Amino acid sequence: MDDFEIEMRLLLDAIYHRYHYDFRAYAMPSLKRRLRSAMQRFRCDSLSQLQDRALQEPALFPGLLDYLTVHVSEMFRDPSYFRALRESVLPVLRTYPSLKVWVAGCSAGEEAYSMAILLHEEGLLERSLIYATDINPRALQRAEAGVFDVASIAGFTDNHRRSGAPVSLSDYYTAAYDSAVFNQSLKRHIVFSDHSLATDSVFAEVQLVSCRNVLIYFDRGLQERAVGLFRDALCHGGFLGIGSKESLRFSRHADAFATVSAEDRIYRLRGVAA
Amino acid sequence: MNAPPPGQREMRGIRAIAIGGSAGGVEALAELLPSLTARGALSIFVVVHQPRDRSSILPTIFAPRCALAVCEPDDKQVVQPDHIYFAPADYHMLVDSGRRISLSTDDPVHFSRPSIDVLFESAADVYREQLLAIVLSGGNEDGADGALAVRRAGGFVVVQDPGTARLPMMPRSALARVAADAVLPVTRISALLNELCEKEIVDDR
Repeated sequence: MDDFEIEMRLLLDAIYHRYHYDFRAYAMPSLKRRLRSAMQRFRCDSLSQLQDRALQEPALFPGLLDYLTVHVSEMFRDPSYFRALRESVLPVLRTYPSLKVWVAGCSAGEEAYSMAILLHEEGLLERSLIYATDINPRALQRAEAGVFDVASIAGFTDNHRRSGAPVSLSDYYTAAYDSAVFNQSLKRHIVFSDHSLATDSVFAEVQLVSCRNVLIYFDRGLQERAVGLFRDALCHGGFLGIGSKESLRFSRHADAFATVSAEDRIYRLRGVAA
Repeated sequence: MNAPPPGQREMRGIRAIAIGGSAGGVEALAELLPSLTARGALSIFVVVHQPRDRSSILPTIFAPRCALAVCEPDDKQVVQPDHIYFAPADYHMLVDSGRRISLSTDDPVHFSRPSIDVLFESAADVYREQLLAIVLSGGNEDGADGALAVRRAGGFVVVQDPGTARLPMMPRSALARVAADAVLPVTRISALLNELCEKEIVDDR
């Protein structure tokens, strides 16, 4: 372990003890890079210096949290994933009288709104509730606002179309200056809340968990914890969707799931032994 | 350029090769990758800047032409010798200390995801002096900071001769940042890799 890694571990310990955010089991390679950027942003020459500031200046912490957590997302990222949900998963979920969906690690809400739109287009939104969770309060605030930069809308629109949508994405938002404000009717079915896959437990039974490009930020131990939570949250026969480069192959929970779409990384929790 | 003459440091004990290319990089790879022979020692990581929807075709193109196994890895896949790992479209590819692939969707670097800097820096952390980084043709500065990190960790840096690159900016930027161990046209890099494969097996005995 080099000096930087030692300082990194000390910083993550300090953050855990002071702020109760647990990044200690995050994937180190990408975290290392993000912390180097944070050092530049906060003009610190070393991580020890950053640690000092993080402890002495609580007002700095929300900004630091933005470096530690993950943001990049877009609506309908990987259109074929949403197409697969449309074609292979929702027809099954349609048989439930009411639906609960958990979007874990929702960041600024792109995936949660995509899910709401998808459910609306398949006629299921009225009887659905989407739990959208994240650990970053600033990201959750942005998600709750449902306002996205108009510059990113063209990409979102193209993704949405390729997901097999029957209408244009523009049906779901109002453009105002540089922003696209998504409709209240979508938001009514989404509950945004603070939840950590590292430290919290299961809060509801759901029929679908969508957690994409979040597990890549965890080390293998934390990945196991998160997939364990999904397994406990899912009803028998419930579905799990993960990122296109994430896999259950290396997980001890792998046998609990059957593959629905290998390409789109959609799995189904096996029922009680038949 | 201020590169020392090739061969100044003898390349020994290399366990991993990280290669980065952008425009013109695929042609160079087409010459380099098939020249690698399977000797049970080397793992190869490749980042090529490509439009988001296209880069997944690279493993398909290269697999039948290479002696080594070619793949686009999943997150946490174990790194093995005699494998060529292509960074997936729209993900940065890194290596963790347990020698597994670690992917991220962090912000693009030099407008690129995957980024060569990200690969080089993380591979340098893990492989230190057992890493050889190769910077190929390209039209931006990605790879230069990464090459410096490789060199600082004791690893080796080889840069495609800018005069032979379709776009010389990427090799030039790397050479402006770091004293390369060698500056060579692709044919000679190919020969060097061949030699390395031979030498590795000798070292293992």
